[in-house]
Amino acid sequence: MQALLTEYMPILIFMGLAAVITLALLVVPLLAAPSDPDTEKLSPYECGFEAFDDARMKFDVKFYLVAILFIIFDLEIAFLFPWAVAFGDIGLFGFWSMMFFLAVLTIGFAYEWKKGALEWD
Amino acid sequence: MTLASFAFYMFATVTVASALMVISARNPVHSVLFLILTFFNSAGIFLLLGAEFLALLLVIVYVGAVAVLFLFVVMMLDIDFVELNEGFLQYLPVGALVGLVLLTELIMVLGGSAIAPDMIAGGPKATTDDMTNAEALGRVLYTDYVFFFQTAGAILLVAMVGAIVLTLQKRDNPKRQSVAAQNARRRDESVEVVKVKPGQGL
Repeated sequence: MQALLTEYMPILIFMGLAAVITLALLVVPLLAAPSDPDTEKLSPYECGFEAFDDARMKFDVKFYLVAILFIIFDLEIAFLFPWAVAFGDIGLFGFWSMMFFLAVLTIGFAYEWKKGALEWD
Repeated sequence: MTLASFAFYMFATVTVASALMVISARNPVHSVLFLILTFFNSAGIFLLLGAEFLALLLVIVYVGAVAVLFLFVVMMLDIDFVELNEGFLQYLPVGALVGLVLLTELIMVLGGSAIAPDMIAGGPKATTDDMTNAEALGRVLYTDYVFFFQTAGAILLVAMVGAIVLTLQKRDNPKRQSVAAQNARRRDESVEVVKVKPGQGL
């Protein structure tokens, strides 16, 4: 248990270092950078049009479809990890059980390919 | 204070604080970003428990995929930020009820460890000493619990088909690139040289 945690020690150091650098990059400009704003500097464009519309428009539902199809294959990969780790111990039955699982998902993959869900339009 | 307990308190504090921010942030996109922070710190707590595989899953599946899905859902809704904050109080009774149920469960769990500490200590551990969490899971998931494993596969298939049926909309006449048609095209069937007499035009 303790050996397991010491393996993660570099990651903890890395996280601490990342936090220190991030904070430094946030704090140093506050103290060091010159700041002398006026209305022209703060306007979106010096020339050209003002923004016509709000940038927060509705997304197309197609993005959602891509994301949900990605999640499903992401989970499939997640199931493959322990299978690969324990591959030597689970025998032929474990092998075919995973093959059946993959076959079921391949049926779904063939369905989405045939339906054209992988095409954008 | 050892390093492990320092790490635990750090992860737990950030988890609780960012979970609070999830429900109190005014902008839903900020809520989702705080949710990602919550997931990351929960993954850290799982690691401290020795449940390496769960921590990995939390980062890969929840941060990598589910949070992106939430972001898309938030961006797909046409959110009026002013209107959103007005109906906040009407969900308070339901929220309070859910919170009460959770509080009761927490009291029962913590009270159990106070009344009979030996029961809790003898419970299942996340990891054994001689093998990793992922290996322990892999040894039983594909053989002893094969029915649940295949059910998960069937559920994933249904989710895939359901998402396609619900959201796939075909345009009538999409313009697609046809590489074969492009390569089969020859110069003499697409370009024509026309002699034009001066002053006449085409």
